[in-house]
Amino acid sequence: MEMKLIPVGDGAVSVIFGSTIDPITNRQVHALARRLHTQPPEGFLAAVPGYTTLLVQYDSLCLSSQALLDWIERENQAASQVELPSPRLVEIPVRYGGSAGPDLDQVAALHQMTTDEVIHRHAAPIYTVYLIGFLPGFAYLGGMDPLLATPRLSSPRQSIPAGSVGIAGAQTGIYPLASPGGWQLIGRTNLTLFDPARTPPTLLTPGDEVRFIHVPD
Amino acid sequence: MCPIEVLDPGFFTSIQDLGRRSWQQCGVPISGAMDPLALASANTLVGNPAGAAGLEWTLGGLALRAHEDTLVAAAGRGFRLEINGWEIPLWMSAVVRRGWTVRVYHTGSGWGYLAFSGGLAVPEVMGSRSTYIKGGFGGLDGRFLQAGDLVDLNPASPSPELAARSLPVNRRPSYSDDLTIGVIPGPKADAFTSETLAAFYQSTYTISQVSDRMGFCLDGPPLQHISGADILSEGTLPGCIQVPGNGQPIVLMRDCQTTGGYTKIATVIQADLPLLAQLPPGSGQVRFKPVTLETAHALHALRWQNATQI
Repeated sequence: MEMKLIPVGDGAVSVIFGSTIDPITNRQVHALARRLHTQPPEGFLAAVPGYTTLLVQYDSLCLSSQALLDWIERENQAASQVELPSPRLVEIPVRYGGSAGPDLDQVAALHQMTTDEVIHRHAAPIYTVYLIGFLPGFAYLGGMDPLLATPRLSSPRQSIPAGSVGIAGAQTGIYPLASPGGWQLIGRTNLTLFDPARTPPTLLTPGDEVRFIHVPD
Repeated sequence: MCPIEVLDPGFFTSIQDLGRRSWQQCGVPISGAMDPLALASANTLVGNPAGAAGLEWTLGGLALRAHEDTLVAAAGRGFRLEINGWEIPLWMSAVVRRGWTVRVYHTGSGWGYLAFSGGLAVPEVMGSRSTYIKGGFGGLDGRFLQAGDLVDLNPASPSPELAARSLPVNRRPSYSDDLTIGVIPGPKADAFTSETLAAFYQSTYTISQVSDRMGFCLDGPPLQHISGADILSEGTLPGCIQVPGNGQPIVLMRDCQTTGGYTKIATVIQADLPLLAQLPPGSGQVRFKPVTLETAHALHALRWQNATQI
């Protein structure tokens, strides 16, 4: 696998696999992340996936940057030779429309679709968790039907309930915590996306696959 | 009875240690002390490991009562300390007897820390006792302290010779309102023109009033991107200097998001980030200077050793 290493300050290095969003590049990110977590040396602190990059954080007091870079190179070579286990598929039951999805009618009207068609198109694909960020447990999902792309609300809501499923631009996502936000809300799940007392604390982890299951009211 | 009672919580007083690293890939921020050198020194003075949980505040106003004998040390900036009515220097360990009060008075801008022998005994959440207010977890029920709160301490029996030790002045962080801060250029320095990069390293920025535990906004000459501020979202960490579309840089701090979609022009070195955190919002001034990785690592090791070996 081709990769580039760039320091991010004196406590991290960014491993860069590419510059465009695509599933293969993103899979390389997760493959290396998994290798790094398997048998890390003392001084390894974290490996945080992005769309095309992996941010590896280290404690320079006990791990030199040269030892870190050598280790990353070695693990990346090994990662390219190992067949990845198939990703975990997480099914997320969603109630679409009504009070659970107050913007569903508006999204349907904007795209000149019926609400059923919006639901069908949203629940059809298998999505990939490209990365997690913004809030604990907030998954950046790849794979939404481009016909569902919808601009954000012109004025954001003060508070969006946890579990809300929304669309913003070409992305869809689930709010793990109650939060202000400008996403168009089309549904809600009862699953707990983030629980600090659980291990792991989030329902989704980077590299997972996700399918939304339409549950009628 | 828990040994520490909060009489007056002061402002933004929370329990912090050196932060949680292990769940960043799931979006959980690092959190932890804004000035880890000060917390580490206070802990070392009372005989704790550098990363034990202590109190962090800004603006002072804190008052506590001890219900057991303990040993404390305060460190940081912008306050003075009284124990049972006596003025006690910062960067020094001091005995607190049962029934005595500990008061922190605001004297200026900055973050202050109080360490207790044994460390504050709140439950670890995801490997750390640090409070993350926005997520509502860690520390004491995931919130700032309130009057009437009772906080437990881990068992400790500090030996008498740990009392009245102080950190020599030349080993304390050199706080100032006007700093030159070391950075490692990038990771996205090539997103800016060479004129913009030159301007970034020659300008003086003021810490904006819009600054908190998530990030410090900088007021100064705007920075121009070659082609847009947005990048594909990627991992971030405290110290990264993001430049959004308006060209005004933001230094990410301890509660920053784990990923971000703005170009990063440079990243503040670990040794200097605590000094930057102690700059006063609204008036603190900062210039940035590129340094090598070797220089940065040597300075970090030196400052950490100064803070933790007494």
